Parts: sequence; C-alpha cells; structure tokens
Amino acid sequence: MVKIPTRVLLVDDEKDFVEMLSLRLQEAGEKISAAYSGKECLDTLEKTNIDVVVLDIKMPGMDGMETLGEIRKRFPLVEVIMLTGHGSTETAVEGMKSGAFDYLMKPADFDDLTAKLEGARKRKDEQEERIRKAEATLLLRKGGNI
Amino acid sequence: MKTSLYINLQRKIILIVLVVSLAPLILLGGTIYYQFAGMYKDKIEEQIRYRAKAQAEAVDVFLKERITLLNTVACTHTLSELTDEQHLSEIFSVMNSKGGAFVDLGIINNNGQQVAYMGPYDLLGLNYYQQPWFGEVVSKGIYISDVYFGYRQLPHFIIAVLRQENQNTWIMRATIDPDVFCAIVRSAQVGKTGDAYIVNKAGVYQTQPRFDGEILSKSHLDTALFGREATVIEQKDGQKGEVLYAGYWLKTPRWLLVISQEAAEEMSGLLVTRNVEIVIIVLGLLAIIMTTVFMTRLFVRRLKEADNKINAMNAQLMHSDKLAALGKMGASVAHEINNPLVVVMQKIGWMEDLLEEEDIQKTKNLEEYKITISKIDHHLDRIRKVVHNMLGYARRMEPRLEKVDINETLNQTIDLLENYARINNIDIQTDLASDVPIIANDQAQLQQVFLNLISNAIDAISKDGLIEIESRSTDSHIVVTISDDGPGIPKDQQKKVFEPFFTTKETEKGTGLGLWISYDIMEKMGGTIMFENKEGKGSTFTVKIPIVLPEKE
Amino acid sequence: MELFSILVVDDEEDFVETLVNRLKKRTIDAVGVLSGEDALELLGKREFDVVILDIKMPGGMDGIETLKEIKKIQPLAEVILLTGHASVESSIEGMRLGAFDYVLKPIKLEELFPKVAQAFEKKDVHNQKIRSAKIKQSLRYW
Repeated sequence: MVKIPTRVLLVDDEKDFVEMLSLRLQEAGEKISAAYSGKECLDTLEKTNIDVVVLDIKMPGMDGMETLGEIRKRFPLVEVIMLTGHGSTETAVEGMKSGAFDYLMKPADFDDLTAKLEGARKRKDEQEERIRKAEATLLLRKGGNI
Repeated sequence: MKTSLYINLQRKIILIVLVVSLAPLILLGGTIYYQFAGMYKDKIEEQIRYRAKAQAEAVDVFLKERITLLNTVACTHTLSELTDEQHLSEIFSVMNSKGGAFVDLGIINNNGQQVAYMGPYDLLGLNYYQQPWFGEVVSKGIYISDVYFGYRQLPHFIIAVLRQENQNTWIMRATIDPDVFCAIVRSAQVGKTGDAYIVNKAGVYQTQPRFDGEILSKSHLDTALFGREATVIEQKDGQKGEVLYAGYWLKTPRWLLVISQEAAEEMSGLLVTRNVEIVIIVLGLLAIIMTTVFMTRLFVRRLKEADNKINAMNAQLMHSDKLAALGKMGASVAHEINNPLVVVMQKIGWMEDLLEEEDIQKTKNLEEYKITISKIDHHLDRIRKVVHNMLGYARRMEPRLEKVDINETLNQTIDLLENYARINNIDIQTDLASDVPIIANDQAQLQQVFLNLISNAIDAISKDGLIEIESRSTDSHIVVTISDDGPGIPKDQQKKVFEPFFTTKETEKGTGLGLWISYDIMEKMGGTIMFENKEGKGSTFTVKIPIVLPEKE
Repeated sequence: MELFSILVVDDEEDFVETLVNRLKKRTIDAVGVLSGEDALELLGKREFDVVILDIKMPGGMDGIETLKEIKKIQPLAEVILLTGHASVESSIEGMRLGAFDYVLKPIKLEELFPKVAQAFEKKDVHNQKIRSAKIKQSLRYW
C-alpha cells in the first residue's frame, strides 16, 4: 500500500537545518512546508492543511512556547513535536503539559523523528476519525437510521 | 353542491354571452328589415298611386274628348240637319271613324222624345222625359250617366250634351262603347293579382273588375276613404291577405278609378330579402349558440380541472403542513420527555449499582429487585429509542436550499466511509466529471442519499471488492452512478428494494429504511433513483438529480 | 486509591448527583458541578483526567465556551461532551476544538465508559511520555 504522506511544517530559524531536514523527510515520502519564525508558522497553518508541526523551542521573536500556545488555541487538532537543545528538557516537559505531542533533542536522530511524526499523525488521525464517525452518525440519524 | 355551482356558472355565462351577442344581432336584423320594408312599401305605394293617377287622367281625357266631340257636333249642326237620318248617319260614321267609340247616337227634343237615332238598337221614338238624367242634362248642359242596363239590357253609360238653338233646346245623347271604355281602364291591370276598375260614389262597379264580382254589383270598397288626391289604402281580404288599393277621383263624373294589388305579390322581392336575412340570422344564431355553449363548457371544464388541481395541491400542502406540525409537536414532546429521562435512567442505574452493596445482597427479594430494575431499564431503553427517532425525524423535516457541488458532496461522503471501506479491503474509485454544475439543493439530504448507497455497497461486498462512483451531467440532470461488484440482489427481492423495512443485513445492522428514505428524498427533489442488477456481478444504483441553478447573488 | 478522576458538569442537579454516585461506586474519583464557571474554578485548583461536559447549559457559560477555557487551564484533560439531539453539530464543532468525543443523552454507562476509557488512555499515554521525559532529565543531572 502506498504511504499517505504526512503534512509536516518545519519551524526553525536555522535555514540550513530546515532545508536539510526537508530534503530528507521529502525523500521519506512526507509533504513538507517550512517556516522560519513563530509568526510565519501561524500564517502557514492559516493557509495550509498541516498534520504535524515540528517546532524549535528557541527562536528569536515569538519563541517556541508562545507559538505552541497559539497553535493549541487556534488549531487544536494540529499535533506539535518540539525541538529542544541540550539542557532545555524542562521547557519540553512544559510544552507537553500544554498539549505538545512529544519532543526531540537536537541534533535529532532521523529515525526518532519519523517515528514520532508517525505517532503524532496517528493521534491526529484518531481524533479526526472520531469526528468523522460523529458526522456519519449525525447523518444517519437524520435519515432515521438509528 | 360543487357540481351545481359549476352548472350554475355555466348557465350564467351562456345566458350572458347569448344575450349580449344575440340582442344586437336580432335588433340590427329587425331594424334593417323594417327600414327596408318601409322603404319598399313606400315605393310600391308610390308606384301604385302614380299608376292610379295616370290611368284616371287617361280616362278623364277619353271622356273629355267624347264630350268635346259631342259638343262640337251639336253646336255645328242644327236640329233639322241632325234629324235627317242620312245626315246623322254620315256624322255618326265620321265620329266613329275618328276613334269615337260610340255605340249609338240619338237626338232628343225638349219633350224627351228621341227624334233621331243612329245605332244597332231600335230606340227611335222612345221618350226619356221621365228618366232622371233628362232633367240633369237640361239643368247642367252636360251629363255623364253611371253605368246602367237601360232598355237594351246591357251595361253601358251615356254622355248627353244640351244644344240651345234659338228658342229651341235639344239634347244630343251618345252611348259609349263599354268594351272600349273597359279596355282603357283595364290597361292598368298588371301582374297576376293586379286589378283596375272604376266604381261610382256608392261603390258600385262601373267597369268589369278582373276579380271580385260583376259589373254593377256592389264592391266592398268604402269610397269615402279616398281623398281628393290619389290615395292608397290597405285592406285585409280574406283569402288574398293584404291588398293595396290606390284610388283617384275622375274629374268629370264622380267616379273613382281603383287600382288594386295584392301586397304579397308586390312584396315578394322584399319577402325573399326577408327570408334570406332570416336564414342568415338564424344560421348566425346557431353558430353563436353552439360556439358559446361549446366554449363555455370547455371553459368551465378547464376551470373545474384547475380547481381540482388547486384543491389537490391544497390538500397536499395541508397534509405536509400537518406532517410538519406533527413532527414539530412530536419533537417538542420528545425533548420534554428526554430531560427527565436522562435523570431517571441514571437513578435506575444507581439503584442497580446499590444492589451490589453487601447488606442488600442478603435481602430475600434481591432477585426480584434485580429483575424489576432490568425490566425498567429495558423499557426505559425503549422510550429512549422512540425519543431519539422522534427527534431525528423532526430534524429531517426541514429541507433547505443551498449551493451544492455534487462532486464535492460525493468526495466528502466517500471520506466519511473510506476508513470503513479500507478495513474491509474495499477500494473506492471515482470518475467525477469536471463539468458538473453547482446546483441549488439540500446538501445534507443528498449526502444522506449517497451515504446510504455507498454504505449499502460496502455492506453488499462485505469484503474485498471494488466500488465505482461516477458523476456526469446531462442537459437537465446530474447523474450519479454507484456500482459495486458484490453478489447483487436476488431476483425475487428486486422489486422490494425501495420498500421500507426491506433489508438483507442482519437485524442489528440495518433498519431497512435507508433506501426507502433515499427514494423518498429523491422523489421530493424531483429526481429519481433507479436500480440495476448485474447478475452475480453486483448492482448499480443510478441517481438523477434535477439541475436547478442557484439564484445569482 | 482512585483509578482516575472525572469532573461532571451539567445543570441538572439530580443527574449530576446520581452519575457522580455511580462513578464513585466504581471507585472513580468523581466530582460534580452545576455550571461552567464552577467547573473552571475547580479545574484551577486541581487536576482532572476526564471532564464530562454538557454542551447546552442555560444561563452562564455554554459548553463550547467552557471547553475552550478548560483547554487553556488543563490542556491535557480530555473532554467528553454530553449532547441532546439538537446540538450534535455543536458537539462535532467541540471535537474540532479538541474535545475527545461526545455522548448522546440520555446516556448509558455502557456507552459512556468505553469512551472514558479511551480518553483516559490517550491522556495516560501522553503522561507517560512526560514522565519519561522528566526521568531522562533527572538522569542527566544526576
């Protein structure tokens, strides 16, 4: 079966890192968008359908935690995986407590990343599946099929 | 009641139309006829009057000529000359040779003695002294007698003139040839019924009429009716009907020249005209009546049909109104029941929970409690289902129009079921035409139909198969076909596919209402849903949705 | 020791009380409140694993508003919406806002419990991750 690509948004202020990661993920069959700041990330989410955001915690301007808050608020179904540097696990835990799916330590192991992307995608699919089921039930009920 | 209303209406319309259209026609026909008839009659009267006058004048001239002739002879001859038989005979033949029309000629002396006579009868020596005309001639100088039989026993009349010769007076008397006179009068007779004759003041025939009796018999004309000028009177005559009489008094004798004519003959031209007119009018009437009756019937029938249609529509509207009202009422009742039901169900659940408590476990009626509670629970569940159905039905009652993209709707529906299909290893393939227009329809209901059909297809295949979904548009419809490669529907069940409660699924899985509801929805939209079996190779459902373009905003 | 905690939010007092009793009987740490405001106040003080939230509450905050606030205060608490027939659409909207699922009123525990269990499992998986993250962090410093 052909793999359905996960729509990933990479958010990091380090362009080289984003580009390199994009190439690799695309190679692996995912659909990649990129943003280089928190604001750009939110704009992209506004315009494009995204499954998972890979979000760097440390960014100039609007930082990762702040961006995460906004994402949770405005796009509750989008899953977020955080990228943290050494020594900032505490922030990662905070992020997960406010709903981020998981975190990755930089430099991230590529297999780790794909596994976590998969997990995030799965969690989002489950939620969407529940919504779809609810909608189907609603329709069936309208037809008196209950 | 209603039928009599239509009959009444029909009658009224026919009556009004007939009155309005026939009255002027008849009035016009009548007026024209009477105007024409009047003119025609005037003309005929004028004609007959003129003829009477002209004929009377001719008779007058004839009589005057005779009188003048007699006078001339009397004045230019002496008594002695005239009593000479030879001489008198010469004079008589001269007079007659110049168109005199005298039958005889006599000279009477002042004693009334006929002293000379020329004629076919032997009247010499007769004394007329006692005759009434004798005195008349003596006193007036000229006399024209009425027609009488006299000595010769033939109808005739005489003209006598008085001659004064010195102290001696004598009378010249001549008898006018009645045949010649009558011929003159009769020359005015025309046609088959026309007559011309002369009557005296008392109405006695002076010439032989063509019809109506003999000379010297009394006619039935009242001469007093005729004035100085030529007069036309009209009289009814037993057999002949209307008869026109034109009379003109002669100048010399007080005789009336009468020309009569049966009106019927004179009017025959008019009668033909009248008959033609009547035929035209009658035909016109018939045409108008027939057309009116026919058109009115047609009109009333159409009206009736339209009324029936409106009534049927009203009934349908009322019916659907009623259903909608019932649905709303049902929904509000269900809603009111639902709220306490929520609590009651929890309370029963709580009681059930409490039965697990140790001290209650020891009561002897524990089993009874358990059974009772489970019974209550079971029946509450029934209530719950009824309430849910009720609320679900109420939601379905309100169709709404929105812009619908059929392809989009199909895709959404497929999205909903994709997972279910994938689990069963069923592939859904689509071939959606890109030129399918956006239409105005109820998206939720359409989605409902597609959902029913696609999920039925999945259930029909059950595992490992292919569903093909196609859309295309014709001039008037969007056609969506959904085919599966499942086992198809057995022949004996094909007829029942769209019936309510028909299902091939296990009892728990389907109510058998899906296709029925889809059919109902499509019918209400003015579309159709059809079914085709591919023996052993699955079935194809074809949905036709009418294209109703949304209003431009 | 309770397995996990549930907050029941509904304006129907009898319902809340009975449901809480039934949950407690199953050794669940259940608390009931009668309004969105009360729920938020309590969530500010302590943590709940699952919130069972009526989507339609007359007066005060309605379910959707309450849901949004809950997600701010306790992003990890899973919310199951209680809904009547007329508000299924709102519940679906609620799920798009992050509610875990919905249950149609009148509820039966047989229907509710599997959903509660799934919700709790989701939260638990997440908590595991957080815990292991914390452990890793501790080990680093150690």
